[in-house]
Amino acid sequence: MKPKTKLSCRNVWKLYGANAAAVLQKDPNPSGADIRSAGVIGAVRNANIDIAEGEIFIIMGLSGSGKSTLVRCLSRLIEPTAGEILFDGADLLRASESELIEIRRHKMGMVFQHFALLPHLTVLQNVMFPLTIQAAPKAAAEAKARDVVELVGLKGREDYYPRELSGGQQQRVGIARSLVTEPDLWFLDEPFSALDPLIRREMQDEFLRLQARLHKTIVFITHDFEEAVRLADRIAIMKDGEVIQVATPEELLMNPATDYVAEFTRHIPRSKVLTVGGVMTAGAAGEGEPILQSMRVSEVAERIISAEAPLAVANDAGDIIGAIDRKAVAHVLFGGGEPA
Amino acid sequence: MTRSLSSRQLTVLALVLLTIALGYFGRDLAKAMDARWLVKFPSAWVIPFKTWISAAMGWLIEDAAIGAVSFTGVTRAVAWLIEQPYDLMLALLATGFVSGQGSAAQVLLPAASWIAVTAAVIALGHYCRDWGLAALVGACFAYLAVFGQWDSAMVTLASVLIAVPIGAGGGLLLGVLAYRHPLFERLVSPILDLMQTIPIFAYLVPILFMFGFGPVSALVATIIYATPPMVRITIMALKAVDPEILDFGRMAGTTRRQLMWRVLVPSASHSLMVGVNQVIMLTLNMVIIASMIGAGGLGFDVLAALRRLDIGAGFEAGIAIVVLAIAVDRLSQAFAERMGQVRRQAPRSWAARHKRTVLIAALLAVTWLLGRFSPLLLDYPESQTITTGAFWSDTVQYLNVNYFDYFEAVKVFFLSWFMLPIKKVLLGIPWPWAIAMLTLLGWHAGGWRLALLCGVMSALIAVSGLWAKAMVTVYLCGASVILATLIGVPLGVLAALNSRAGAAINLLIDTLQTLPSFVYLIPVVMLFRVGDFTALIAIVLYALAPAVRYAAHGVRSVSNELIEAGLVSGCTRTQLLRHIRLPMALPEILLGINQTIMLALSMLVITALVGTRDLGQEVYIALTKADTGRGLAAGLAIAFIAIIADRLVNAGARGARARFGLES
Repeated sequence: MKPKTKLSCRNVWKLYGANAAAVLQKDPNPSGADIRSAGVIGAVRNANIDIAEGEIFIIMGLSGSGKSTLVRCLSRLIEPTAGEILFDGADLLRASESELIEIRRHKMGMVFQHFALLPHLTVLQNVMFPLTIQAAPKAAAEAKARDVVELVGLKGREDYYPRELSGGQQQRVGIARSLVTEPDLWFLDEPFSALDPLIRREMQDEFLRLQARLHKTIVFITHDFEEAVRLADRIAIMKDGEVIQVATPEELLMNPATDYVAEFTRHIPRSKVLTVGGVMTAGAAGEGEPILQSMRVSEVAERIISAEAPLAVANDAGDIIGAIDRKAVAHVLFGGGEPA
Repeated sequence: MTRSLSSRQLTVLALVLLTIALGYFGRDLAKAMDARWLVKFPSAWVIPFKTWISAAMGWLIEDAAIGAVSFTGVTRAVAWLIEQPYDLMLALLATGFVSGQGSAAQVLLPAASWIAVTAAVIALGHYCRDWGLAALVGACFAYLAVFGQWDSAMVTLASVLIAVPIGAGGGLLLGVLAYRHPLFERLVSPILDLMQTIPIFAYLVPILFMFGFGPVSALVATIIYATPPMVRITIMALKAVDPEILDFGRMAGTTRRQLMWRVLVPSASHSLMVGVNQVIMLTLNMVIIASMIGAGGLGFDVLAALRRLDIGAGFEAGIAIVVLAIAVDRLSQAFAERMGQVRRQAPRSWAARHKRTVLIAALLAVTWLLGRFSPLLLDYPESQTITTGAFWSDTVQYLNVNYFDYFEAVKVFFLSWFMLPIKKVLLGIPWPWAIAMLTLLGWHAGGWRLALLCGVMSALIAVSGLWAKAMVTVYLCGASVILATLIGVPLGVLAALNSRAGAAINLLIDTLQTLPSFVYLIPVVMLFRVGDFTALIAIVLYALAPAVRYAAHGVRSVSNELIEAGLVSGCTRTQLLRHIRLPMALPEILLGINQTIMLALSMLVITALVGTRDLGQEVYIALTKADTGRGLAAGLAIAFIAIIADRLVNAGARGARARFGLES
């Protein structure tokens, strides 16, 4: 069963410059050279993305690649020059100002790179803010806010001010605030980039834990490929305003669309991305307790290597679909050795 | 002169020399050629701007109306709106609540006792920061009581407490409007520019016409004077809010109003408080000037003392303004800091959380009650006041009696070797030549736009018949700026190079800047009597600060690498200063001089009180005669001079920066 599409964008363009609209009117699909010669800047060029309900969709790119602009087009913080954005099947770009306010109040949440907490409000007031401006009943709003504060592990700090918290804690407030309205669609704009590596890791785990409970549809921006691979269901890679590949992490590693993508994937430990299903020998016979095909190679590598014979691999339903042996694992782990 | 026309520098030099020569011999030359119109603008050619402005003003007040609402009706309504809170504040702090009028007046409730008010500011100081601040502001208010300035100070305080919220609130609203509508911003920003260059005096006259003589007029003038910086700071602060916060606000689904008042304004509150502080300082600057159109209080005391040349009384009241300014300034700064700080309160009862408020309210009630039996509790006893007036008068008298010759010698020296030659040259330059030279200078410094601006503005000054007075203005201002630069820039360089000297110089400059401009006049008048030299000294003192500050900043911010490069090349200290520090600091120094010119022009109007014969005097006379056209025309002429100087110097500074590659 294919899950339904929550958010998709069709031929979205964002050009900056004096006559941006005219450029697209003349030619709906201008090349990079056309854009340059017209004296405009192509921040997002012809983006087409479908994001399925409940998936973690990561937009990855280096700075200046247009990923921030794209996510702001998706949330209509920036008005795209052309294209359409379908949210639950309706074009977001046609929504009136009041409709847009309603959608943002109830269906969207966003987390920011530098937290964007209001300095004059306490943790609890910050988290409550989205409810406050909807004029929600105060007692209910406060109870709700306390719940989410607890959910992100900040219980006991409700009355602190943002500047009294560490970066990681501040971002937890940002996360709590974006969740307090129970949005369907959750935008995270480089949420962990401003944090120390150790805290970043911890927050990523926390994020996965939350998502396991909440099942939001997530659009997550990052410039860190390792982070993308760790968290994503699917990744879109952007370069110079263009989406150059949309794929699962595993596909990106196995079949990079361009050298640029391959360059990114080179330094990623493959065993942490590739699944057993991806490297097994399909249809082969194996023995022992079957391994799930969705497991990462790194998680079961030790067991496979210490086994004498190939081990059986099963799908989610429990049927045996193939086998995996030491050689395949060794190839994943050490790469560049003898082909399996 | 003709042999070197190929070299641009020599051309410039030649033109300068020619101009000076023309100025020096202009009069005789014009007489010889029987062409006096060259140096004296013929009165037949004067365009009667004054009369036109006066007529327009007359029409505005007599006849202007939109439908049934007449212009006078609007001004009366505004006056009434401002008057209500002012009367309340004045009653509370100074006059007491009175029913009935004249001899039938009955005091319902006297004004708040000096004990209660002093206790309130001490509590406020403690609330805003700590006991240190509480002690400082307490001492300030105690000073006002002990030195017999209490009643006047409370009148002044009442008007400050009314003008500041209106100025700050109005400025905030205008700033918000400009932030929302870029079109409005483009409309308002040249007006703000003009407001900050027109001397305050120039708009006192129309205000006088619209609102009559009295405290309300003074409040209106103060508010108009103090609001522009708040508008600017608001626009700047809102634009500086982190774009992520703006994005967050929109993503949270705020309406436009919610986005402004619940997200942007609170996020910018820290910078906004800087604006409020500016409003407070400008309001206090206006205290004396506002008293010319009816504000009472300390300003009036100073003005009255100045008019009867009573140095002691003027000095005391002037110091009282400074003391009040220090107290209000420190309190508002501490309050701004506190707003940005984190504070945690345990949940307690209202009374426990508002201890100070309760205490002050109780004190107020007790002093009111017991005041019926012991007036000491209400008013500081007159017999206990100290006055230093006699001391100051005696000191000045002593100096005058014993050192008169020395002062006179200094004065004569400056007048005959520095000021009078400049005056003679400036007044002698034929006006068509001057306009041509200014246009040329504008073209040289900033292209045809600047040339057009310089040409048109100087021509307007000429055709309005104010040329001679404008030249006296330029002479007084120019002489003061030259002197202020000669003193200020070396002081600034010294402050930057030597930290101990820097501390002392900073203290001096800080002090000079807190003093209201009038205070400078009093001692100088006493020592040198009225005249141009007195004006010169007062202007130099007032306008010195930016020359020092900018020079120090410029020299300090020369990059370390350049200094090291100089040292490695074997520069001596003097060479380092001459070849690296000063040239690199030149753009900053020029900006400082620009500020000095602006301050000098604004002080010029005030020195009209000591008998100068320039545009400032023209404005001052217009004020005393309530002649709108005359006042506005002269005021605009001063503004034109300021704008020409500002644009020329700025273009020069930009050119210098561009040469160093600091700006493209």
